[in-house]
Amino acid sequence: MDFTIDSEQLDLVKAVRGLVTKVYDSSETRRAATNTEHGFTAWEQLAEMGVLSLPFEATPAEVSLVAEELGKVIAPDPFVEAVVLAGGLIASVGTEEQQEQYLDAIAEGSVLSVFAWAEPGKAWSTEPGVTFANGRLNGVKAPVIQAERADLLVVSAKTDAGTGLFLVTEGYTAETERTHDGSRAATVTFTDTPAVPLGAGGDESVAIERALNLARIAYGHEALGAMQVALDITVNYLKTRKQFGVTLNKFQALTFRAADMYVALELARSAITWATIVAADEGSTDAEVAAAASHSAIQVARAGRHIALDAIQLHGGIGMTAEYSVGHYASRILAIEQIIGDEAFHNERLAATVGDHDVFDPIG
Amino acid sequence: MRLQLSPEDQKFREEMREFFTTQVPERIRNKVLARQELSKEEFVESQQILNAAGLAVPGWPVEWGGQDWSQLQRHIWHEEMQLAGVPQPLPFNAGMVGPVIAAFGSQELKERFLAKTANIDIWWSQGFSEPDAGSDLAGLRTTAIREGDEYIVNGQKTWTTLGQYGDWIFMLVRTDPKAAKKQEGISFLLIDMTTPGVTVRPIELIDGGFEVNEVFFENVRVPAENLVGEENKGWTYAKFLLGNERVGIAQVGASQRHLATAKSIAKERGVLERYAARIVTLENELLALETTALRVAAHSDGGKPHPASSVLKIKGSQLTQAVSELLMDLEGPAALTSHDSRVFLNNRKVSIYGGSNEVQRTIIAGTILGL
Ligand SMILES: Cc1cc2nc3c(=O)[nH]c(=O)nc-3n(C[C@H](O)[C@H](O)[C@H](O)COP(=O)(O)OP(=O)(O)OC[C@H]3O[C@@H](n4cnc5c(N)ncnc54)[C@H](O)[C@@H]3O)c2cc1C
Repeated sequence: MDFTIDSEQLDLVKAVRGLVTKVYDSSETRRAATNTEHGFTAWEQLAEMGVLSLPFEATPAEVSLVAEELGKVIAPDPFVEAVVLAGGLIASVGTEEQQEQYLDAIAEGSVLSVFAWAEPGKAWSTEPGVTFANGRLNGVKAPVIQAERADLLVVSAKTDAGTGLFLVTEGYTAETERTHDGSRAATVTFTDTPAVPLGAGGDESVAIERALNLARIAYGHEALGAMQVALDITVNYLKTRKQFGVTLNKFQALTFRAADMYVALELARSAITWATIVAADEGSTDAEVAAAASHSAIQVARAGRHIALDAIQLHGGIGMTAEYSVGHYASRILAIEQIIGDEAFHNERLAATVGDHDVFDPIG
Repeated sequence: MRLQLSPEDQKFREEMREFFTTQVPERIRNKVLARQELSKEEFVESQQILNAAGLAVPGWPVEWGGQDWSQLQRHIWHEEMQLAGVPQPLPFNAGMVGPVIAAFGSQELKERFLAKTANIDIWWSQGFSEPDAGSDLAGLRTTAIREGDEYIVNGQKTWTTLGQYGDWIFMLVRTDPKAAKKQEGISFLLIDMTTPGVTVRPIELIDGGFEVNEVFFENVRVPAENLVGEENKGWTYAKFLLGNERVGIAQVGASQRHLATAKSIAKERGVLERYAARIVTLENELLALETTALRVAAHSDGGKPHPASSVLKIKGSQLTQAVSELLMDLEGPAALTSHDSRVFLNNRKVSIYGGSNEVQRTIIAGTILGL
């Protein structure tokens, strides 16, 4: 087991960091971006840099490194959602023709695709209520992140063969709302919406599960980047803010909480990075990747809430303001958890098989 | 980034597993796995088997019995040892005084002590804490006054773990009461516990056990050649030792093993479902702890612990406690008389010693976060 990254990966990290810290050079520019029509502004440049082709060309390790950099500036661009998840499905399930038609376009940024899988009242379940028959989709998906901006929806739906995947470009309504972290999510309604199967049209539950798990792991790194910066900002604040005539770092009640945040962060970093290593290892089975995704997600949920919420608390009132950065970090960390599944959900997934192994051994 | 062990490391792991599970007597390992206390003889027997195979002190310099292993191999050794229920080589010998003598002692001290320390022919005790010097260890008051080629030692140590078995004790003593800073007047001295004037008195703990002691020193005459390194430089050596101690407290493999035991007990009694969520949480935290241990090991160069080793101490102790809590809870009302309740109570110690978890937070806040 080896956590080091090679020099090519390091170059990638530096390039992406250089770009996103320029586009989102402050909490204010990031906030202004979320106030544009769709809420993100780095997409074209990410495409130009080749970042949007990574999920198709590189390994989950590179994807995670990029996601972590995006997380550090809480870039609102839907990299994991559109490219890793929706693009990943097209790459793994699509026919050769569909791959040709879409993958380059996604990588170039000319087509934004998103995966519509969540349904109202069915938290994180992949059993669709939306149906497909006779070339038409019917039902409701929500929330669908960036559905309004999307050029292409990948939709999961119930068919006679099981759970299929379908491509949709028109003939649906999307009722969009702003999410608490500055992104957009829609309720998408299909009424006899024309759709074509992605791939051969059979049951794709296994591919869906795998794509979601890979996305969860990538999202884990986005959250990790955000947690790291939330702690950095907080530490800095404790060193500069004065009360009772001294800087706040003179109060052990506060420095100990910062120390606990650091403990949580470092442990989360290990577990989340381990999940990426599992995902990147060609010998890992689907079940192993699923377990790794759940372990990573539990860390996101536990460490994420701990760090995000204490970061606000340790700032006092300023932490509550939209003008200051730390609240946006908290919001993004929370949003990621809400997308990938919370602790109870992932705990339940792992609990189903916890009796099947003796010692849980993370080393291959 | 790589998940799989290399073929060599895989082979190394199998060799370790094979050795630990076949060469160390099952009766000893079963006691460890059942979380029972070992006798002195059992500790010694096990460590001597390891030592004969070069597996007792792999972290020491090679010329004194260490192994030229990678950090990952050392991790595997430690992990496999615990998974097999092999008692750890006595920390006072293998992890504390041995490395200090090897790093700072004279050639003469090395020759006199290191081989016997590795083979546990000498059982060492740790004489650091005093009634008024706990977390603030540098406030210690036991004095060692030089008289010719001897030191005369007076004072009291306390919390001396397994001092009842101790042949020798390594001590922090005050050799310069007038030093400008309290850290500056401290020396590291080795004392034969059979010397006249040394008295050991047991302390009963909340679990009813007698693993710690008070040790009194009354005009104890110690040859000056038993000083390690330089006079008044003891604090430097102590910090080196405490850094190593911190890393050793995260008993990842042992917690994993005991958690697996808890799981099989839960299954046996048909209550796995009731405890499954808790078990998953613990497996998740142990995963994070082990992978952190691997990351920290990879960055601990030159024998100096990574600052993040405080993370291992805090989380490692918390998980030791949490797993023993689960084992106790699984007993239900039978916990009233169960050994597991005593183990749970006993394990409160792991967040107190080795630098309490509050002291570790101070280290993180100060040295890592710069607060
Ligand atoms: C079972 C057991 C075995 C031991 N074995 C040995 C041994 O073999 N040899 C040896 O030398 N010692 C040994 N010790 C001693 C151990 O190292 C000390 O108990 C430890 O250093 C804490 O010191 P103290 O008990 O005096 O507590 P104190 O230092 O008085 O601390 C009391 C409480 O205050 C907290 N605290 C103290 N200072 C601060 C601060 N600055 N900021 C915030 N919180 C603070 C502590 O964390 C603790 O919660 C052992 C202890 C136990 C319980």
